[in-house]
Amino acid sequence: MSATTAGSTAPAKAPKVETPLRRFILDFAESKLALGALIVFLAIVLVAVFAPWIAPQNPYDLAQLDIMDGRLEPGSVSDGTGMTYWLGTDDQGRDMLSGIMYGLRISLVVGAGSAIVAAFVGASLGMLAAYAGGRTDTVIMRLVDLQLSFPTILSALMILAFLGKGIMNVVIALIVVEWAYYARTVRGTALVERRREYIEAAQCLALPTRRIIFRHLLPNCMPPLIVVATIQIARAIALEATLSFLGLGVPITEPSLGLLIANGYEYMLSGKYWISFYPGIALLITIVSINLVGDHLRDVLNPRLKK
Amino acid sequence: MSATVAPSPAPAASMPGSDKMIEVVGVSRRFAKRLDFAGKILAKLGAPIREEVVHAVDKVDLTIRRGEVVGLVGESGCGKSTLGRMVAGILPPSDGSILWKGKDRTGLHGKEARAATLQAQMIFQDPMSSLNPRMKVADIIGEAPLFHGLTTRAGLPAYLDEQMRRAGLDPTFKSRYPHQFSGGQRQRIGIARALAVQPEFLVCDESVAALDVSIQAQILNLFMKLRRELNLTYLFISHDLGVVEHLSDRVVIMYLGRVVEEAPTETVFARANHPYTQSLLAAVPRIEARKKAFAVVRGEIPSPLNPPSGCHFHPRCPHAFDRCRVEIPALKEVAPGHRSRCHLNDLPNHGGQPV
Repeated sequence: MSATTAGSTAPAKAPKVETPLRRFILDFAESKLALGALIVFLAIVLVAVFAPWIAPQNPYDLAQLDIMDGRLEPGSVSDGTGMTYWLGTDDQGRDMLSGIMYGLRISLVVGAGSAIVAAFVGASLGMLAAYAGGRTDTVIMRLVDLQLSFPTILSALMILAFLGKGIMNVVIALIVVEWAYYARTVRGTALVERRREYIEAAQCLALPTRRIIFRHLLPNCMPPLIVVATIQIARAIALEATLSFLGLGVPITEPSLGLLIANGYEYMLSGKYWISFYPGIALLITIVSINLVGDHLRDVLNPRLKK
Repeated sequence: MSATVAPSPAPAASMPGSDKMIEVVGVSRRFAKRLDFAGKILAKLGAPIREEVVHAVDKVDLTIRRGEVVGLVGESGCGKSTLGRMVAGILPPSDGSILWKGKDRTGLHGKEARAATLQAQMIFQDPMSSLNPRMKVADIIGEAPLFHGLTTRAGLPAYLDEQMRRAGLDPTFKSRYPHQFSGGQRQRIGIARALAVQPEFLVCDESVAALDVSIQAQILNLFMKLRRELNLTYLFISHDLGVVEHLSDRVVIMYLGRVVEEAPTETVFARANHPYTQSLLAAVPRIEARKKAFAVVRGEIPSPLNPPSGCHFHPRCPHAFDRCRVEIPALKEVAPGHRSRCHLNDLPNHGGQPV
């Protein structure tokens, strides 16, 4: 045996253990653009979360609205309440800034909610397909092919035409059109990872299959899953906006960004650009910042792109 | 259970040869590339495609006795790793049976099956990919003993220290990740992981092939030390005859899925019978043979998809004659404990020693 004093583990531990997480954070911070995008995205999330406290007006509270303030230009001051509408008002006299803040809430909840549930469903099925193989694999992957062969917007429209309007229904439609991307990504990674020798070692150690899948296989399939999830959140938000714009998404009482854009669409050519323009800008910034973060995540998490 | 590991010394340790640890009886393993739906239709229409079947391991018999070190040698693709995985219980055989201490493995269930799996552990070739990159060393080594109740959560730190020290690792490295270690240290982590479940039998699949020569020697010495301390039995798979000579009591030579020769180590190196073994030995670099040109085995190893008829080695064999192309030679005893699969041994004037 070695000369170390038996039993006592050295109290003087190494200064800082370089964990994978720490390395990952340092790698991510290397790109200033992605860091900026992350900060913008976090700011958007904070605004959405705290909208009821920081928005100048509650656009759903009819008592706070003044129909006489309809379609005011950005920067106008209300005659009745004396508040300033920094981004103008829509045809109901609602403050656009408040409308955007509340709209972000709905867009983000629908986008992130559907992406997370779809990730869970898709990753489970993809993992099952990779681990079980054979007929299970064939059935799941043919379903994925079927799903992906329809244009996303078309299948979402069909589902919503069937289910009707409503936030829950939009979330369901988005989950149905998105799970296939996750399933395919996770299956691909899991097929590679399960051939690695650490999986064989775990089998040799007589660990149960469930434990091997969740403790050994899944953590090693996470990087591509995280990347797909980030980009799919942006896609889900954009898709929800599209559906709402087409009038099949969220109900008019809970306007998301897409619905706000749709509301102002008819005034676009009569010079009242702000009703559509500012929600559109908010949507653009949200999606671009998520995509920038997702792109850089892919670079950081892909070992083949490592210097 | 206490943290101390005291595997009871086997009663038969003094008398090897009586106690069978593992018996491989007529085991084959085929890998088939099945046709998909489109392929089946094309084949029906007469396209020249068919199911491709590789006989990775073809009716192999092998007995390993308690306390023995058996070296398994062969070129890449001869099925030695597949055989090793079947012996270790990771891969089920297509045909034949594997007896663990006299009982058929496929007939074992529940606790017995788990015990049999745990007692046969495997040390892998690639020390990086055999360790889960997202787990700390403490979790890699400690997960299975904790799960199977070989130690308690309270006793785990002491248990880990002992396992790591025995494999020559500093226990203070417990909270590190595999990528922070060198190749030799990683292989030691793999060894500690296997030993932590208190096995009796280790399958080492090219366990030193990926390491530097100096590190190879350290790891080989570690294997020998562990053999003495824990009374382990080994199946040592390697393409390196030098390593096998150093380690093994008995050597088994495989060629294209079949065992071609099996004998005690000294016999193989002194009086190899099979022409394949002889050509392998001629290719081993040795200091005393510095100026000699190496006699390389002629030609490529044939495709296992379409193996040669008769004796698999005949296209490359310098002594091949007509019978070799037609008839598969049997594995026959040429001397006590020395078996070889060659038709030359049947020639009357030969005396079992091909020139």
